[in-house]
Amino acid sequence: MNSSMVLSLTTFIYAFSAFWYIAAWIFSKTVFGRVATWTVILGVCGNTLGIVLRWIESYQLGIGHAPLANLYESLVFFAWTIAVLYLIVEKKYKNQTVGVAAVPLAFLSLAYASLSPHISDSIQPLLPALKSNWLIAHVMTCFVGYAAFAIAFGLSGMYLLKVRQPDGSGSLLSHFPETGVLEELTHQMVMFGFLFLTVGIITGAVWANSAWGRYWGWDPKETWSLITWFLYAALLHGRLTVGWRGRKAALFAIIGFAALIFTFLGVNLLLSGQHAYR
Amino acid sequence: MEKENGSPNFLDDIWDFFSSVKLTVVVLLSLAASSIIGTLVPQNEDPAKYYQAFGEVWYRIFHVLDIFDMYHSWWFQFLLLLITVNVIVCSIDRLSATWKIVFTKTPSFQASRFRRISRKEEFFSDRSQEKLESMLRPVVAGNFSYSTVEKTDKNTLIFGEKGRWTRLGVYAVHLSVVLLLLGGLIGSIFGFDGFVTIPEGESVGSIRVRNSNSAIALGFEIRCDAFSVSFYDSGMPKEYRSSLTLLEGGQPVMKKDIIVNDPLRYKGINMFQSSYGVLSPKEVAVNFQSLESGMNYKKTVKLGEQTDLPEGLGKFVIRDYTPNYKFRGKDVGEAFLGVLTQENRTPFEIIIPARIPGFDKMRKGRVAVSVQNYTARYYTGLQVTYDPGVWVVYSGFILLIAGCFVTFFMSHQSVCVEVVRSGSKSKVTVSGFSNKNKLGMQQKVTHLSKKIRGILNDAPSFSQSEDPS
Repeated sequence: MNSSMVLSLTTFIYAFSAFWYIAAWIFSKTVFGRVATWTVILGVCGNTLGIVLRWIESYQLGIGHAPLANLYESLVFFAWTIAVLYLIVEKKYKNQTVGVAAVPLAFLSLAYASLSPHISDSIQPLLPALKSNWLIAHVMTCFVGYAAFAIAFGLSGMYLLKVRQPDGSGSLLSHFPETGVLEELTHQMVMFGFLFLTVGIITGAVWANSAWGRYWGWDPKETWSLITWFLYAALLHGRLTVGWRGRKAALFAIIGFAALIFTFLGVNLLLSGQHAYR
Repeated sequence: MEKENGSPNFLDDIWDFFSSVKLTVVVLLSLAASSIIGTLVPQNEDPAKYYQAFGEVWYRIFHVLDIFDMYHSWWFQFLLLLITVNVIVCSIDRLSATWKIVFTKTPSFQASRFRRISRKEEFFSDRSQEKLESMLRPVVAGNFSYSTVEKTDKNTLIFGEKGRWTRLGVYAVHLSVVLLLLGGLIGSIFGFDGFVTIPEGESVGSIRVRNSNSAIALGFEIRCDAFSVSFYDSGMPKEYRSSLTLLEGGQPVMKKDIIVNDPLRYKGINMFQSSYGVLSPKEVAVNFQSLESGMNYKKTVKLGEQTDLPEGLGKFVIRDYTPNYKFRGKDVGEAFLGVLTQENRTPFEIIIPARIPGFDKMRKGRVAVSVQNYTARYYTGLQVTYDPGVWVVYSGFILLIAGCFVTFFMSHQSVCVEVVRSGSKSKVTVSGFSNKNKLGMQQKVTHLSKKIRGILNDAPSFSQSEDPS
């Protein structure tokens, strides 16, 4: 059993987990919720195993490197960070309905990696530019940030649904957390994501300076990460002082996430530049 | 925004304009939106290419707006200047108030502020007000950096607070943004970003500046002793390596092999492995086979130098070298272009592909020429940069990370434990607030309340008879 098979299987575990989260939300049965949580934990285990196996396999091929070097590997790691971060949120805030939004995102990321015919899951050796200790620090911090923004995106979606019927007694939305809690949680996730995106951009800049002699070169990937950073910075300032709360802040977190997805996928697939590592 | 000139409040108005967070949001969004352009229109390319791609009208419009180098255009720089001024003015505007809060010697507490909090933790205890004070004060003091007690005959208030200094976090973030832009400015004024190619065995003392025609003398010479490139089995490049020696006044001062991600730094100037190419070798071992005698003659031929051939076969010279020769549309790899001069004939050109030894035999001339071996010569392409602003930028990076962490995840927290006599019992109320993360603060208050209850429950009941400490 190789890493690709483990990860394909994990895709289905995440799908299964998402199913139980939705079931727990619709039927508000605690037993479904417990199954959902254990399934997503199983998914994280599978995801971790897949990453570790892939790491080992790369050494067996004689081209050993951390599995963070191409689109397939980054999608796999993205799914992992979303699932892990979500589990932390679930434990800390003791609310499972957030899983309805978060776990499907982990599933989608892994499904895209495993099932898309355009994404190769073969292990490739590292290009000279990627041979650096900064690779792990840069990719990991970026994706922790991405995962936090992904969960903020899910929470914002929930907020926008909930705010239409704030009391919503009897309806499905009544099981969502209070709008105030959703809003505060979104804000927490945005701040967390912003810190990690900042560290990710900075480690990238320091790396670029050690590889190419410039910390900033307006490469499309760099620029798009900065655009995303500007957007979230605007959201943080708008929320803090201009009073962008509620619907406006939620919409903004969604726009920010769209920019982020373009930074992650759009730039690699549509534009050219230093980050064209497929 | 501004009122008419001459108004006594004119300066105030300007100040208000720049100290507005609305301006921050507008400029941030403008920066985000305009930055997209440069990712769609490739930057700093040949003008002819743009002209072809966009046509005359658009080319002119884009040219006027500096779209082809937009991140250095006047309007983009203006936006950066605007955000800098905005950040500085905003910070100065708010700093004095924050300063007074942060650097007060004796923080003051208002009981009314705590009483107004809607979510409080309340419970009753059998112990006396004095006993509770002596038991709870250490708990508050242990959890908060500053604590104080206010007492009346009816109630006792134990206040605690910490993280006053975290209010400065946001100023660290703003200062870091200024440092980043300042470092960038220093780099663009006093630094350079250049490029140079050096053939193996040769040295250079100056470099070409990127996106301009000017050259810069380095003050030392870079010699490329050797270059090598290795590949994975799949054909992907594995490593580019240049052995460099730096010379000052003809004397070697430094020696290093550089690869991508491991540059050479000398006197603030950085040399990075950036590209490479193949040059014609200096000399080639050539085999000449005579058709008449069948004899093979091996000779070392220098490029461009004529060689006399035996048996009256004429004279031979290698004129040129190409790394990718196309023969009938097919790439046959490295090849040499030679010229044979024979008696009573006009000199004629022959092609000698290095990998196909029998190639020249097919010409069926008096002599068949083939290349035996030669040492490929490379040139290395180095990115050469000098950026005195980089340490300012790096300090900005550190400050930005630390500032973001403090701003987002630390807060100025105050708690109040109030003990009120209530009949024969005492009522204990725990409440608290922070300047951010209200949800987290609520959890902290609940946690503190649980801790207090735990201590009160665990304490043996005979403690009633103990001496009050």
